[in-house]
Amino acid sequence: MKILIPTPLRLYAGKQDTVDVKATTVGDALVQLTSTHPDLKKHLYTDDGKLRAFVNVYLNDEDVRYLAEKENTRVKDGDHLSIIPSIAGGNIW
Amino acid sequence: MLKLTQLGYDAIRRHGEETYPHECCGVLLGHFEDADRSVTKTVRCGNTRSDSPHNRYHIAPEELVRIQRQAREAELEIVGFYHSHPDHPAGWSQTDLAEAHWIGCSYVITSVERGLAKITNSFLLSGESEENKRFEDEPVRVAADLAASVNESKGQAVASETINNRNS
Repeated sequence: MKILIPTPLRLYAGKQDTVDVKATTVGDALVQLTSTHPDLKKHLYTDDGKLRAFVNVYLNDEDVRYLAEKENTRVKDGDHLSIIPSIAGGNIW
Repeated sequence: MLKLTQLGYDAIRRHGEETYPHECCGVLLGHFEDADRSVTKTVRCGNTRSDSPHNRYHIAPEELVRIQRQAREAELEIVGFYHSHPDHPAGWSQTDLAEAHWIGCSYVITSVERGLAKITNSFLLSGESEENKRFEDEPVRVAADLAASVNESKGQAVASETINNRNS
């Protein structure tokens, strides 16, 4: 399966826009990604190992947080895992 | 530097006028060129902050996922984002910085006063991590055709508009 890397994180993923992994679950795919590219880890996870709140992970068009099995959801060849930091703001604090 | 076509520049400002008094938001697609970002396409997004749309914006991540995928297929990259500040200056707020996570990308802000787009500025999100990220003023170049010769001085844009001049 392919993991799509957002532009700000490509520097930490060998300057690639996608990374191919052979994984069985979403969690497995993310572990493989950060094992191959360890510099990504601190940008995706907090010090206690949780995915940073602003990092969205989508399996194809589904938010992994809302899948019944979450990171244990099984994946197959041809699936796309997208990593998308959030976009928000506003004109006052 | 952020490079925009005149069409892209106008589209950003028009979007802010159309959604006034609410904030508009969108994505800038193009290419990274050394230290510059060159925009070839602007993509309008919906503002999901229906609870406070006059001073907050948020782009649904599923919309970003789709845009990122389509950009990749078109051999384009997400190089930045834009939003408007209705009846508020075109400078970044602490909220804008706290919620900005795309380091290396441009964040364009247009002030819209009483429904009319006024100042359009761009800020480059710099730094190496969440812990030391910061916004830097970024020169903007607007050209009818990116190959055209335009005034490249910082704080000056072509046509009748002045961009990247927060204090004007």
